[in-house]
Amino acid sequence: MPTQSRTAARRSSLGALARRPETGSLIGFVVVFAFFAALGGPVFMGAPGWSSWLNIAAEVGIIALPVGLLMISGEFDISVGSIVPASSMMTAMLAGHYDLPALVAICGGLAVGLAVGFVNGLLVTRTTIPSLIVTIGVMFAVMGLTLGFAVLIKGSTSVSYVPTPMAKALLGQFINNMFNVAILWWLGFVAVFFCVLHISPIGNWIFAIGGDRESARNAGIPTSRVTIGLFMASGFCAAFVGVVQVMTYQQAQVAGGQSFIFNSIMCVVIGGVLLTGGSGSILGILLGTMTFAVVNQGVFFAALDPNVGPIIVGALLLAAVLSNDTFRTLALSAAAKKA
Amino acid sequence: MPDNATVLEMRGVDKSFGPIDVLHEISLKVNEGEVLCLLGDNGAGKSTLIKTLSGVHQPTRGEMLMDGKPVNFVRPKDAQDMGIATVHQFGGTYPLMSIGRNFFAGAEPTRGWGPFKVFDRRKANAIAVEQVRKFGITGIDDGDRLVGGLSGGERQSLAIARAVYFGARVLILDEPTAALGVKQAAHVLRIVNEAKRRGLAVVFITHQVMHAMAVGDHFTVLIRGAIAADFRKGEKTREEIADLMAGGESMADLEADIEGYMETHEGHPPPPVH
Repeated sequence: MPTQSRTAARRSSLGALARRPETGSLIGFVVVFAFFAALGGPVFMGAPGWSSWLNIAAEVGIIALPVGLLMISGEFDISVGSIVPASSMMTAMLAGHYDLPALVAICGGLAVGLAVGFVNGLLVTRTTIPSLIVTIGVMFAVMGLTLGFAVLIKGSTSVSYVPTPMAKALLGQFINNMFNVAILWWLGFVAVFFCVLHISPIGNWIFAIGGDRESARNAGIPTSRVTIGLFMASGFCAAFVGVVQVMTYQQAQVAGGQSFIFNSIMCVVIGGVLLTGGSGSILGILLGTMTFAVVNQGVFFAALDPNVGPIIVGALLLAAVLSNDTFRTLALSAAAKKA
Repeated sequence: MPDNATVLEMRGVDKSFGPIDVLHEISLKVNEGEVLCLLGDNGAGKSTLIKTLSGVHQPTRGEMLMDGKPVNFVRPKDAQDMGIATVHQFGGTYPLMSIGRNFFAGAEPTRGWGPFKVFDRRKANAIAVEQVRKFGITGIDDGDRLVGGLSGGERQSLAIARAVYFGARVLILDEPTAALGVKQAAHVLRIVNEAKRRGLAVVFITHQVMHAMAVGDHFTVLIRGAIAADFRKGEKTREEIADLMAGGESMADLEADIEGYMETHEGHPPPPVH
């Protein structure tokens, strides 16, 4: 019967939609954006509004991508909070204090991230300490080292550096004096991480490790190598943001970057990644990051009390986890009913 | 009855963890196209035995042979490479991944070349659905469905079909029916029969005698780490097997005790022993 088959088709496409982990995040983003668009008016909808939240989104977004992949594989990375200033400091120190070429300084900054990520990965895979604790420990160690070396070498907690025009244009320029060039880098990272998670076979390994590490290892997946690789990716991305900050603000501080810890996790969770691993998507993380950034900046445009911002972010986080759970249950039951 | 070719054999295997002896002189044979039922109560040493078979533990004494040649499995991977696959109760499946992705976890089919290898979702789904259906799970037709939405029996079947597809010759099933309802368990037992029909050597671990009787060709009863009985299909009744598993303490005696108590206590069962 035509009516019946049409209902069946609609149900299955609804089921397919509910099965997508990012459905909840998409609804969340649309609601939040509409809310602030209504309150913020034309200024928020114009270039100033867009640039302000996109600039925030780009920086936290670059870190949220690998943090999300790690969470899908069942791990946390808190150390990103100290990798950002450590890599800024390294870059500024090499280029500003030792007058080395910009390229060397940038590589030095990124190497800090890769090295810290490698240490994280080794500690997590070789010991039984949970990654949450390992990376908190590493975060404090890196924080201390950064401060120690800065004071030892420069005798100060900040180093300034005037980037070469080339380095500035690539990593720290504001397009139209508004849009940070990092936004383009962010989109590039999104594309790369999308390929890794959803197109390459490695993505399947990451999901499997998060789903059941023991079974994944039994299935012949190199779980330790994947985990170490993911920690190095998150170290690299955090270091990249550190380099971008030096190029943008022409200065490196030993502190700062702590906000990235919770913000990156928040973006990832709002984006529908399961806190215990095994489920999530890049599109979701992208939407989660955009939602977070819109709330973060929309408050100023909406002429609300700035203190309202964190309240909304907090409520959003809870709502996101609730709705993601609902959609996950829907996805599972939709699959069961179809049988 | 002619014996089929022996695939995996244990000869006088002992296993100790430090001063604690867990397995004593275990000798058993797993034949092609046969189901060996490993029966035993909790703590009888079943898990240690299958972990030794699958390369997680190494025997303290004695030897293991595969196709008549001595083998030494240092890691589970060694056993897997020889075609020994272990399927645990819910192991080997990832609830939040699709059927296709589950089936090929760790051995993904790819398109393209070099660093641009692409996970071939369509191929993975098609093969997974086909293989599972071959095992009689006709309810599955969409490889994109999440495994968490399948029933326990279907998940077991998926794991077994996966092991068979990837060339398993010996299938070790660790209590596959323990957590399942009657219907689901029957489902899994059919799969076990199908694996047997295809010539696989199956080791079926259970403490449900009914399930063992339904598929088993050969039965080994384990008590406190030693083989207490070893017999072929039809040589013992269900009651005899159950009694053996209970460690000689006859189940019938126990039942008589309870009934006797109830008769003299106005139908109340005996109070639980603390």
